[in-house]
Amino acid sequence: MIDILFIGLSLGSILLLVSLGLAITYGSMGVINMAHGEMVMLGAYTTVLCGKWLGANLFVAIPIAFLVTAAIGFAIERVVVRRLYGRLLDTLLATWGIAILLQQAVRLEFGLSFFGIHVDGLGPGLQNVAVPTLLQGTVAVGAVALNSYRSFVILVTLVTTLATWIILNRSPVGMQVRAIIRNPHMAAACGIDVKRINSLTFAFGSGLAGIAGVMMSGFKSIFPDMGTPIAVDGFLVVVAGGLGSLSGTVMSAGMLGEINGLIATATNDTIARAVVFGVVILIILLKPKGLFSFKGR
Amino acid sequence: MIVNRRSLLKTTAATVAACTAPSLWRSASAADTIKVGALYSQTGGLSIVEKLLANAVMMAVSEINATGGVLGRQVEVIIEDGASDPKTFAEKASKLIIEDRISTVFGCHTSASRKAVLPIFERRNAMLFYQTHYEGFECSRNVVYSGAVPNQQLGNYIPWIVKTLGKKKFFIVGSDYVYPREMAKVSKKLIEANGAQWTGDEYLELGHSEWAAMVRKIKESGADVVLSNVVGDSIISFYREFKNQGLSQQTLPICATVTSEVEIAAMGAEYAAGSYTSFPYFMSIDTPANKKFIENFRKFTNDPKAVTYHSLEAAYFQVFLWKQAVEKAGNISADAIRAAVRGQTYDAPGGKVLIDADNLHAWLKPRIGQWQADGQSKVVDAYPEPIKPLPYSAYGETAENLYCTAKGLDATKLN
Repeated sequence: MIDILFIGLSLGSILLLVSLGLAITYGSMGVINMAHGEMVMLGAYTTVLCGKWLGANLFVAIPIAFLVTAAIGFAIERVVVRRLYGRLLDTLLATWGIAILLQQAVRLEFGLSFFGIHVDGLGPGLQNVAVPTLLQGTVAVGAVALNSYRSFVILVTLVTTLATWIILNRSPVGMQVRAIIRNPHMAAACGIDVKRINSLTFAFGSGLAGIAGVMMSGFKSIFPDMGTPIAVDGFLVVVAGGLGSLSGTVMSAGMLGEINGLIATATNDTIARAVVFGVVILIILLKPKGLFSFKGR
Repeated sequence: MIVNRRSLLKTTAATVAACTAPSLWRSASAADTIKVGALYSQTGGLSIVEKLLANAVMMAVSEINATGGVLGRQVEVIIEDGASDPKTFAEKASKLIIEDRISTVFGCHTSASRKAVLPIFERRNAMLFYQTHYEGFECSRNVVYSGAVPNQQLGNYIPWIVKTLGKKKFFIVGSDYVYPREMAKVSKKLIEANGAQWTGDEYLELGHSEWAAMVRKIKESGADVVLSNVVGDSIISFYREFKNQGLSQQTLPICATVTSEVEIAAMGAEYAAGSYTSFPYFMSIDTPANKKFIENFRKFTNDPKAVTYHSLEAAYFQVFLWKQAVEKAGNISADAIRAAVRGQTYDAPGGKVLIDADNLHAWLKPRIGQWQADGQSKVVDAYPEPIKPLPYSAYGETAENLYCTAKGLDATKLN
């Protein structure tokens, strides 16, 4: 039984890792960032490039991927998203466009392939990342042998979630972010530089997606459009958990992960996925604002 | 060129002369080249694999041209892009056959793309040379199948697993589409005929990469061997999860029918070391012909680390079978090639191959390879000779009772 729960926990932690960044950008800024999955993809490609060009392993790639995707997220906010606040459908379309641009940029090796230059690690093909020996096989915890890599992913998820919580709830910037989540106009009236905080929030959310990308690269092959299905999962979790609520996102990721794990073990993965979608639909029908949402004033 | 009245008159006269002598015209242009098509995905998700196959075809053609071509004429390849989409495959096949008037196309990789182009080849009577190992259940007069069919991958494999490895309980796992399901059908017959049993027959969506629940199921099933018909990049996440859940290839080996040198290189050899695959060709086959083939392919693709594998070898040798058929027939019409290719033999990099006179599939020599820590296989078992392809073995076809003959499929035997 423990191993089934562990599988669920692992699935939940992957979901949480992906949706954490989304919970912040979508939750706090009301921006449906369709390019979130591409941030995950860029994080994964950062791991590939670190391995090929720097000889660095997965551990080193985590901070690098965070910085790279945060910087790209910051640029996207400054150049595009900033001009579209309050226009939900426009941001949706604009970020979708960015998503396609990013996919093609990787596929065409940032345009270099037109000049016959091939960058090892980019291009339309599948990439795979070597997993450090330390994370292969199992690790004994008490009497049970747990999957090392999955344990590591759970650990990384715990750390990033905790860090996000501390930043949001125990730092001056975090307080400003929370104020903006509740009411951006009132926050601005109180002297908070909403524009600056929004850029930082967007960059931070993108950086978290980058970390998720590094973690995904140990599980699966990496290719330019890997991000799309991942982002769909992220949206499910955020919508079910309730906008702007970190604890809601954590709970809903854990819940959907466990449901997925239990049903997949009892029947198969295809049915499990259908059940997860069904549960999310039920939640939205019964509680349109998600499981844990703020009472608006 | 300056056109003055004299030169204009001259060229006009020459043109008129040429037009009035059409026989002269035809022989002049026909002496140029023989055109063939290469229809593989150059773009899209499948392009990585299919570009390799296209390269193998191009390499064979360039070797043929270097040694004088076919019937004294050079071979020209018209490359079309199937774009990883069966519909595009069908359109491009029509283009090659109707517009370019080509009678032979080398191409397709997935069964989906082959099924999409098949009606066009049959209606327009052109020949398709198809190199990928596939599920069988096809008997077309317009396709030469140079890859393995289930009986050539499983016929020796299952008995060997039961007798030599001493395994009694199989867990069959695959990607959810026609090839793995047909392979499972053949496997179950063979498993039961050899006195073993199967405890699971499970499928995951094509391209699925989350294997935790499935691998746990395998662990709990009490099986002592896994028969894998998983395809594509799912293979990589499967083998990784297998090791990461503490399963050992020594006690519970994965015996695969699709996992090739390509996937092993992608996942990291340590995950697959000790597992098995059944294929007629392995890169590790230690013959001068194969060494030469690998060396030439690496040179041709300008990639010193390129790997060769079953479909790649078949894509290469099928071009030579075509050449021999054309030379025997003396012309390039589909009917002539079909008649001449029956019974053609060729010394391929992996050994002798032969096109069956009945069903146009290749006789291949089944081999079992065990993957080593260096990402290469050690051939642990091989048939002494190539064996007859039986595309309907899942439905009871045997060498004595053929369903697919030169006359076509005997559908009455299918029930």
